[in-house]
Amino acid sequence: MAQRALAAPDVLAAEERAAQAREARQHRTEHLLQGALFVAIVGGWEASARTGLADPFFFGQPSAIVATIWRWATRGTPQGPLWQHIAVTLEETVLAFAIGVAVGVVAGFALGRNRTLAAVFGPYVRMGNAIPRVILGSIFVIWLGLGMASKVALGVTLTFFIVFFNAFQGVREVDPNLVNNARVLGASPRQLSFDVMLPSALGWITSSLHTSFGFALVGAVVGEFLGATQGLGYLVAAAQGAFNANGVFAAMVILSAVALLADTLVTRLEQRLAPWRPAQRKGF
Amino acid sequence: MAVDGGSRLDHGTPAIALERVTKRFRTPGGSVYTAVRDLTLTVARGEFCAIVGPTGSGKSTTLSLISGLEAPSSGRVSVLGEPVAGVTRRAGYMFQTDAIFPWKNVLDNVATGPLYRGVRREEARRRARAWIARVGLAGFEDRYPYQLSGGMRKRVALAQSLINEPEILLMDEPFSALDVQTRTLMENELLDLWSQTSASVVFVTHDLEEAISLADRVVVFTAAPATLKRTYRIDLPRPRNVAEIRFDPRFTRLYEQVWGDLRAEVMIAYERTSRGTVA
Repeated sequence: MAQRALAAPDVLAAEERAAQAREARQHRTEHLLQGALFVAIVGGWEASARTGLADPFFFGQPSAIVATIWRWATRGTPQGPLWQHIAVTLEETVLAFAIGVAVGVVAGFALGRNRTLAAVFGPYVRMGNAIPRVILGSIFVIWLGLGMASKVALGVTLTFFIVFFNAFQGVREVDPNLVNNARVLGASPRQLSFDVMLPSALGWITSSLHTSFGFALVGAVVGEFLGATQGLGYLVAAAQGAFNANGVFAAMVILSAVALLADTLVTRLEQRLAPWRPAQRKGF
Repeated sequence: MAVDGGSRLDHGTPAIALERVTKRFRTPGGSVYTAVRDLTLTVARGEFCAIVGPTGSGKSTTLSLISGLEAPSSGRVSVLGEPVAGVTRRAGYMFQTDAIFPWKNVLDNVATGPLYRGVRREEARRRARAWIARVGLAGFEDRYPYQLSGGMRKRVALAQSLINEPEILLMDEPFSALDVQTRTLMENELLDLWSQTSASVVFVTHDLEEAISLADRVVVFTAAPATLKRTYRIDLPRPRNVAEIRFDPRFTRLYEQVWGDLRAEVMIAYERTSRGTVA
């Protein structure tokens, strides 16, 4: 191909630069407003606690919450070291997530691919999904005791259904053109399952991972809340029992931080699983 | 290769033979829709046959029947003398919409066919590289489909079909989504690649110009249920340049002849849809 004469190098015109600067200013203002909102809420809370407008005994106090977190982190909670509670909750969450996702994908895929299986098991799966799972937590504590198993079981019942329905739908929604193309190219039914259906459903499955990780965490915490000897949910229950509002809030803050951190990890995992999809722009 | 349109045809067993084929579908509403009725059509070995007809006239259904993706309700379909039962391994198929695998890069997409047919991975990849080069995509092996333009994706699809060395190539309006310039380029490239093989092509299109400039024979289908209305021999010399052949006076004459036939069917189909009834 003939080398084309180089045109003037691509530089931004003055007005384009001005537009960029405006954009940057806009972003700064947005961040500033974000920060201001936080200060207003937390500051307002603190002020009303200090002036007696809201009784700190019931409503807590931001400074006392931070102090509680600091005390727990440095000197441990009344129920033992903080790190141990976080580790226990995380372990339960990850276990429930892993088991729930694995079983959900396998079951969803099998039912999506096999009409008879879908017809036989479908109604029961829907019935199972209709059970209020949190109540099951009590049963699991009775069956499996106060240890980790009952929390993992509760988490699994929560995550399984989300992943299951997504995997099932993913297999059902595979582009028939792709399937036909694979068949003409010579795919066996097995190759069709694992080389076409599964990767195609992966988009649906990964989009369910965020929600299901959140539910695994809810399962662990609710399980601990219902009866446990360790974990963040147990900390909340203990603080509640002692009428310690700051303790409840402190545990809540820690839990949120853990959830946010876990969410970023799941996002990473998602990108690993589907490198073939264009990077999505986030709304927030 | 400058091969004359007529001399490369082999008049032994036809590549494709449809004998009194009818295909009915059950519609979601429960009624029965006849897409193809009593269709008899043969395509010679090495022939480039274009099918034109109004929208919804069972052209795509005909391709599905030849490939074995669908079984006829009655009649016989045979490919290279063998009756079609199940998906035939001797056909390549290019679909109207993108059907390359979005989760595979270009190399793995093109290597899919040989892998499915039991070729070892390194060998499949070696062949795929050669085909990627032949369709002009060398250097794009590790791109994913979403990173390619529409024309490039069609090239991938073409290489993906041709790597299996199909004896018949079925194409369902493969270039209809492309802009006019890219489309002409792809048509020329298709003719060039096809001239190097002995494959028969069945090319479905609603674009009469495309049909005449590519094919040895243009088959006009009636409005649904499809059956063969008339066939036209296109005796324009090969090799052809699709961009220029349209200015050939013989091209214009052929176009007028075929359009006369096609127009009547298009009007029938149009009147049906505008009245909201599908026969």
